[in-house]
Amino acid sequence: MTADTMLVLKNVDVHYGKIHAIKRLSLHVNRGEIVALIGGNGAGKTTLLSAISGLLRVTSGEIKYNNIMINNLPAEEIVKKGISHVPERGLVFKPLTVEDNLLLGAYHLYSFANRNEYKKDLLQVYKMFPVLEERRKQLAGTLSGGEQQMLAIARALMAKPKLLLLDEPSMGLAPLIVKEILAYIKRLRDNHGLTVLLVEQNARSALQIADKGYVLETGRVLLQGSAEDLLANRDVQRAYLGRDLDT
Amino acid sequence: MLTVFLQFLFSGLTVGAVYALVGMGFNIIYNATSIINLAQGEFVVIGGLMMWFFTSSVKLPFVLSVLLTILTAGLIAFLMERLTIRPIQKTDLLLMIMITISVSIVLRGLLMFKFGKDPYGYPPFTEGEPISIFGAIIQQQALWVIGVTAVSIVLLYIFFNKTLIGKAMKACAVDPVAARLVGINVSQMVMLSFILSGVVGAIGGIAITPISLMEYDKGPMLAVKGFCAAILGGLGRGRGAIVGGFTIGVLESMTAGYLHSGLKDAVALIILLLVLFYKPAGIFGSSAIARLRKF
Ligand SMILES: Nc1ncnc2c1ncn2[C@@H]1O[C@H](COP(=O)(O)OP(=O)(O)O)[C@@H](O)[C@H]1O
Ligand SMILES: [Mg+2]
Repeated sequence: MTADTMLVLKNVDVHYGKIHAIKRLSLHVNRGEIVALIGGNGAGKTTLLSAISGLLRVTSGEIKYNNIMINNLPAEEIVKKGISHVPERGLVFKPLTVEDNLLLGAYHLYSFANRNEYKKDLLQVYKMFPVLEERRKQLAGTLSGGEQQMLAIARALMAKPKLLLLDEPSMGLAPLIVKEILAYIKRLRDNHGLTVLLVEQNARSALQIADKGYVLETGRVLLQGSAEDLLANRDVQRAYLGRDLDT
Repeated sequence: MLTVFLQFLFSGLTVGAVYALVGMGFNIIYNATSIINLAQGEFVVIGGLMMWFFTSSVKLPFVLSVLLTILTAGLIAFLMERLTIRPIQKTDLLLMIMITISVSIVLRGLLMFKFGKDPYGYPPFTEGEPISIFGAIIQQQALWVIGVTAVSIVLLYIFFNKTLIGKAMKACAVDPVAARLVGINVSQMVMLSFILSGVVGAIGGIAITPISLMEYDKGPMLAVKGFCAAILGGLGRGRGAIVGGFTIGVLESMTAGYLHSGLKDAVALIILLLVLFYKPAGIFGSSAIARLRKF
């Protein structure tokens, strides 16, 4: 393990009752990387992210973040350590305004004493996502699907994460908007130094911005390698690239 | 004519204020947990009886008695959540609701044990002549009840809409998973919702007792009326419980005055049935949300 390793999973198992959803899975993410996690429906991608962010408990194995074991921390503690999880479909707080969603993103950072810094973070996020500033007083549920996804990402950024876990940010969105969102993700890494673990079924678009990737099937790592290698791999092409929309 | 009408109206608004407070108590917990806390009425009783205990039995000063009463109610609500709701979190809601019924029975037993079956009262907050409006007589305490309710409504509004912790509580209700992911401790928020609603109920009890007296077994009826208020306005809607509470209070008082006092308690239940038959989402609820509701 090098000094630049940020997240390490070693022989991780996750169960839902008797269902063995993740099976002795190991992977690592280096600082500043975008790592794509690819796999079909039910492969275990969401389960894996949920285990990392503390929504689910691993049944065995270890998860280390910056060399500290985090498997036993609850989700609300893990976000404080700098790991933000943008869940599938975003899960914005629909009856709350866009701005309230963003403020809640920084919930654990807020105190009366640092309220001005809080405002600064908000302005910075607005600069990154101008459309959210235009709609700051609107209820989040009235945004379009793509805007809700941006809001979900922006809300996660308010927590000032070092590592961003993104669960299918392109789900249900038009190809053009998918491109836009992936461009944002790349910019987050390039300009803000974020490390990203990106879950996608859209294998091609994910691998195009990623440094490396893991291919998951029924809870196991089937293949791993650099993004170029995976893009060129025949098995990957046949199983995961063929059905991409933006070929 | 007008005088009699106004008289009924004011007495209706006074009881209606308490129903509104109980209804808001229901909403606070429902919004945070989807649980209907049927021990809600007991907190009004605790408010009235503990206030009597501190102010008339121990003879503490008024303000101190109010604070101690609120503290007691908050503490009991806290214990209720920690001892009965929290240990079985994640099981089904119907079970939770039955547990709140058991808690209400236990609380009633304890109240009877401590206070017996007699009604208790204490002097109004301010001494003085009743006010006369077009011949209708309004006791000063009735104004206190309505005033205290109004202030509680404003404070709750500010809490839920202007403070981050209030918004966090709303967020928990909307999506507990997303709330945890932004670092909100959902279990703490559930606890807070119980305390808040216990305190709101107790405030109602403190204010109404000088007018209507309080006895250990008033809880279930208050819970029913408050529940009807919440349902009439749309379960979970803040202003819904307020409008619902005052509406039921006034209709009750009109029924008792113009028809028959024996029909009074039927009013709320008839309204409840009508709402559930014809507009289950309530006045302010959207039917889309009502369909998503677990109850
Ligand atoms: N809450 C759950 N309860 C039981 N089984 C689940 C649950 N969530 C997911 N699973 C199962 O775990 C496996 C992995 O699911 P998931 O992580 O959602 O896959 P993906 O995100 O890759 O589509 C699937 O077989 C799925 O049926
Ligand atoms: Mg998934």
